[in-house]
Amino acid sequence: MTKFLLAAAGVGSLAVLSLFVGATHLSPATLLAAGPESEAMRVLLASRIPRTIAVILSGMAMGVSGLIMQLIVRNHFVEPGTAGTVESASLGILLATLLAPGIDLIGKMMVAALCALAGTALFLVILSRIPLRSALLVPLIGLMLGGIFDSVTTFFAYRYDLLQSLNAWTTGDFSGVLRGRYELLWIAFGLTAAAYLAADRFTVAGMGRAFTTNLGMNYRRAMSFGLIIVSMSTAVVVATVGTIPFLGLIVPNLVSMGVGDNARRAVPWVALGSAAFVLVCDLIGRTVRHPYEIPVGTIVGVVGSALFLYLLLRKGASDG
Amino acid sequence: MVRPGTPTPRQALLLLAFAALAAIAAFMTLGARGNWDFVLPFRGTKVAVMVLVAYSIAVSTVLFQTVTGNRILTPAIMGFDSLYVLIQSCAVFLLGSTNVAMIDHRLRFAGEVAGMVAFSVVLYGTIFSRSRRDLHLLILVGIVFGIFFRSLANFLQRLIDPAEFAFLQDRFFASFNSVESDLLATAALLVAAVSIVAWRIMHSFDVLALGRERSISLGVDHRRMVTIVLVLVAVLVSVSTALVGPITFFGLLVANLAYLAVPSGKHRFVLPAAVLLAVIALVGGQTILERIFAFDTNLRIIIEFLGGIVFISLVVQGKTR
Repeated sequence: MTKFLLAAAGVGSLAVLSLFVGATHLSPATLLAAGPESEAMRVLLASRIPRTIAVILSGMAMGVSGLIMQLIVRNHFVEPGTAGTVESASLGILLATLLAPGIDLIGKMMVAALCALAGTALFLVILSRIPLRSALLVPLIGLMLGGIFDSVTTFFAYRYDLLQSLNAWTTGDFSGVLRGRYELLWIAFGLTAAAYLAADRFTVAGMGRAFTTNLGMNYRRAMSFGLIIVSMSTAVVVATVGTIPFLGLIVPNLVSMGVGDNARRAVPWVALGSAAFVLVCDLIGRTVRHPYEIPVGTIVGVVGSALFLYLLLRKGASDG
Repeated sequence: MVRPGTPTPRQALLLLAFAALAAIAAFMTLGARGNWDFVLPFRGTKVAVMVLVAYSIAVSTVLFQTVTGNRILTPAIMGFDSLYVLIQSCAVFLLGSTNVAMIDHRLRFAGEVAGMVAFSVVLYGTIFSRSRRDLHLLILVGIVFGIFFRSLANFLQRLIDPAEFAFLQDRFFASFNSVESDLLATAALLVAAVSIVAWRIMHSFDVLALGRERSISLGVDHRRMVTIVLVLVAVLVSVSTALVGPITFFGLLVANLAYLAVPSGKHRFVLPAAVLLAVIALVGGQTILERIFAFDTNLRIIIEFLGGIVFISLVVQGKTR
């Protein structure tokens, strides 16, 4: 518990640091010297605080979604990005944009969530039909399914000249986050909290259908609940900040090396770790080319994959 | 192996060759109005590009699958073509687009291929020899390398200024319509050189497919052969990526269709079958694209869509290992 509090304090200080990095110079001293009506205060309230909250919330949501996916699919190499969830959510946003141009963000998000749900369900149906299910086939099929959704999205985007805005969704980016533009992410927070409360169910469901039913628990219900949480969180994050690749893959795997696969224990650590990871990546993105920004999706891709490769190869070396 | 009622490998190849010729004929003639003196060379160049790309992708995928002993791998999944994109981005990042543009582009292409070959042999050679037994790890590492290269290229592209980025973007998404003829000639030469090497060691491929231990006991210098094949694959991937950009699932699709189409595991039959299938898919696809969709989409999109669906259904039916 003390370890967890220490880690939480670490994330807290990262968050505070995140408040004071950016194009406009802002430091605690200037903030204190200036009054509550000043420009500096406006930047803090309208941009920096919403941005920091958005980073933390979307990081938590994607990390925990990855963990839940890994439990219900029973494969460590699966996350929303390797199960077609992200791609189907993007397709949903595109469809909403094309079919109902006047629709607001909530409407778009609902369509995205439904599509994400359908896409992920399709992934599970395909998995249940594979005769010889090996650990490597599962993420490969997810990647391919994602590729199919992606090609449909690109097809329509190409026809209706939306490729550029499509690019904007598919790269996670917090630079557009302002007060009034991120609040939907609190839904993702609610879903993450729900995931924590239901964590034991996912642990049990991860043991398989027969085992779960044997314990007197409704396997179908646990699975659907997990699917809904993952699809909704992914849809919210994709709709508001874009996709953050890799997060759901790397943080849960790191955590499971440390604390094991018990979801109740793992969820808080995954949430905290993901938040810290995205915060660090966002900070890097904001400082490398100051005053310009590199989208967080790109940084997460580089840092995350390098870290994951290191872990894999180091582990591989010790195996033989 | 051969069940009654199914065609022999030779018959299957003949059928495929016929279909490929039909696809090319359809592409050359359908909807052609106007001067044949213009239409034939114009479409002929496109067909040449497509055949070259089809050949490179099909051969590289089949050989790669032989070396890794796995039929759901492709050089693309293992990050080969994102490595090529990364090398290009690095060149522009370090030298600047004006300098890169000033180099003769045949020379530049040769340099890029050389870099690609050197790097991929070192990288994948190390991974393959180290974790040969653990296939799961191998694939995962490959996929992650792919993501790593892509993100790193993306990162570099963000650091260079927008004009240079436009220059790069142009290079990645060259379509079949805009290939310079001297690049085509260079590419054809490279592919020919690679093919001669591959032809001379054709007999070893069937042995390699048996796996490391067995091929060693049959007297094949496994390590050396794997390195040679990796070099061949790297050259072919560079050629196809340089010509038309990365196409992820295409090789996977044609290689697996070839295993199904030809009732024989021999490379003598599988390689040409895969090439012919790739030609049919590319040329036929481009014909459909131009005549039905009236250029209103991109061939890669259609290939990814169909390729993904076909492959998933193959996996579901348990037809692949």
